[in-house]
Amino acid sequence: MNAPVHRPDLEDRGVLRFITAGSVDDGKSTLIGRLLYEAKGIFADQLAAVTRATRKRTSGETLDLSLLTDGLEAEREQGITIDVAYRYFASPVRKFIIADAPGHEQYTRNMVTGASTADAAIILIDVTRVGTGELLPQTKRHSAIAKLLGIRHVIVAVNKIDLVGFDQAVFDHVRKEYDAIAGRLGLTDVRYIPISALEGDNVVRPSDRTPWYDGPPLLELLESLPADRADADLPLRYPVQLVIRANGSTADDFRGYAGQVRSGTIKRGQRVRVLPGGEAATVEAIEAFDHDLDEAVAGRSVTVRLDRDVDISRGDVLVDADDHPVLGKHFEAEVCWLDRTPLDPRRKYLLRHGAKTVQARVDAVGNKLDVHSLSSTVEAETLAMNDIGRVSLTVQQPFVCDAYDDLPATGAFILIDPTTNQTAAAGMIRNVQKVPA
Amino acid sequence: MIADLNLTRTRLDHLDWLESEAIYILREVAAECANPALLFSGGKDSCVLLRLAEKAFRPASFPFPLMHIDTGHNFPEVIAFRDERVAELGERLIVRSVEDSIARGTVKLRSETDSRNAAQSVTLLEAIAEFGFDACIGGARRDEEKARAKERVFSFRDEFGQWDPKAQRPELWNLYNARVHKGENVRVFPISNWTELDVWQYIAREKLALPSLYYAHRREVIPRNGLLVPVTPITPPRAGETVETRTVRFRTVGDISCTCPVASDADTAEAIVAETVVTEITERGATRMDDQTSEASMERRKKEGYF
Repeated sequence: MNAPVHRPDLEDRGVLRFITAGSVDDGKSTLIGRLLYEAKGIFADQLAAVTRATRKRTSGETLDLSLLTDGLEAEREQGITIDVAYRYFASPVRKFIIADAPGHEQYTRNMVTGASTADAAIILIDVTRVGTGELLPQTKRHSAIAKLLGIRHVIVAVNKIDLVGFDQAVFDHVRKEYDAIAGRLGLTDVRYIPISALEGDNVVRPSDRTPWYDGPPLLELLESLPADRADADLPLRYPVQLVIRANGSTADDFRGYAGQVRSGTIKRGQRVRVLPGGEAATVEAIEAFDHDLDEAVAGRSVTVRLDRDVDISRGDVLVDADDHPVLGKHFEAEVCWLDRTPLDPRRKYLLRHGAKTVQARVDAVGNKLDVHSLSSTVEAETLAMNDIGRVSLTVQQPFVCDAYDDLPATGAFILIDPTTNQTAAAGMIRNVQKVPA
Repeated sequence: MIADLNLTRTRLDHLDWLESEAIYILREVAAECANPALLFSGGKDSCVLLRLAEKAFRPASFPFPLMHIDTGHNFPEVIAFRDERVAELGERLIVRSVEDSIARGTVKLRSETDSRNAAQSVTLLEAIAEFGFDACIGGARRDEEKARAKERVFSFRDEFGQWDPKAQRPELWNLYNARVHKGENVRVFPISNWTELDVWQYIAREKLALPSLYYAHRREVIPRNGLLVPVTPITPPRAGETVETRTVRFRTVGDISCTCPVASDADTAEAIVAETVVTEITERGATRMDDQTSEASMERRKKEGYF
């Protein structure tokens, strides 16, 4: 397999980020190892290190692909993955970033972390542990988190299909069971693939041992998935990170607003408004260091110059002049608590949203999500680490509040404990009250 | 899937994507940290960082000084290149050297020719304390080594400069938490998500200048334990060894005592990209003698404050 640069005939589809959810027993590390191995992402001396370590841990003769992904010393001792690891490989058309999140219950926060940047999720199911019964609780939990974090594409990898004799009936049973979960959660794009991570069936190449499966192998599917978060047709959101001034000369010579387009497209000549202030101006130039652009799409970092002086500082957001997003001060959100110190509604937190940091107060804690029943009926007064719950928040100053499901880039926030500086929670805006005009 | 050519043309290819992410991260450091520094050694990854910093901040000057922790065991052409590049950019360079830490007695080496990579941690922490830096930007990548695969983009260090892999701050979306108390700092890695291949593709695309030893050249080497050890005053041939002249290039440029070139005819960035695609040896494994000692040696060094 070649890297993008060597295939000028093929379009470079950029980057796809995905998360793999499942436990060590499901063969998750083996699947990742297989993808990397097959995509020639594993180089010869890493393989040499793997065979050495395998000999240390077991007396088995076979190559353990999972040792390629279990990174830290402490984890190798325990034989489990305890933190999110990032892995990279490239196919002829795309670069892939894998967030390898652990499957154990106590590490929900790591899955939320990995899922926050993912375009797709691979939910791994060990078919030998399901048989003709129900799916495991962790499968439901991982799927609920995928939904919560707004991951658009879910791939259910039905693993160890070789151990059930490539039996279509077993695959169909898992599919039926998962369909029910997906329906309840509202996951709309779910695809199923029967695989053997260990033997390589349907991972990179179609397997002739599953003639009843007519879909693509996993890698081909990953190559073709759209990375929604870079959608250029969404409303423009351009949070200003920095105001750049040329040094040495008078301050008004150059004033540029540096940032990354978070959604939509910004165009030269476009009328924009600066929020929360509300002043309008026209985009005079979009600069990218050594050349100017006519437009910049979501994901691109640029420096924008406007046709007139406007009072703009870090955290302000440029939107289209005809767009009227909600400026919110009070909103409802779903948060996943990440810190060992539980939520204390009497305390103030720092809320980081876009390029802005403001003080925030939790006015009320609503229901907690029961990840086993997938319902939000557990009443709660606080949230502890790994809890996911609904809260009402008030922030010190209004900001551009988008519902996370519409615009993830400006619907997400984190809470920081101002005493310890720990990242305390991940939040997704669900419901916004308009500021009275 | 997507038939509209106008739409696909405006999309970011993988290098655009990586570049934009790195620029975003650099600007976050500038905005959120009171007193950052960017580590620049003249190595290829830090050369990429300098270009990204130009793209992030020009026409303004960099909102941070550059800093080199000099082991004293450098290839002279790399130091010359470093100084040229700094002069070209018109930015400020701070150099702090392991020699000074040795003279102070804060670094003790068993022998003059020992690898100074570990000692670098001490000098780096001393420099951080001296200047009161609250953030150090580095060119480390997650694909370099297993221990790095789990490190955050904004990686928190306690008052002892230590990295605790079990107490890392969760990092969500692109909402980085750079807050530290006095005496603590963050290490920031804008090219965390790049691979060696991405770096070479970017160098080729941007036509970045690099120290000449990254490209194929003739050099005296000693074949030893599957590595080609360069003949230098610090790494002379041992009794009974034969010196050969080979066509080689360096894939990493670190401390002379532990950096080896690989046999290669690749004399342009494009040729190196082609070679990297098919290469069967990862960067550190092939060229760093000290990482081979133990599978977990990088993790231990990082816990001690190494980058």
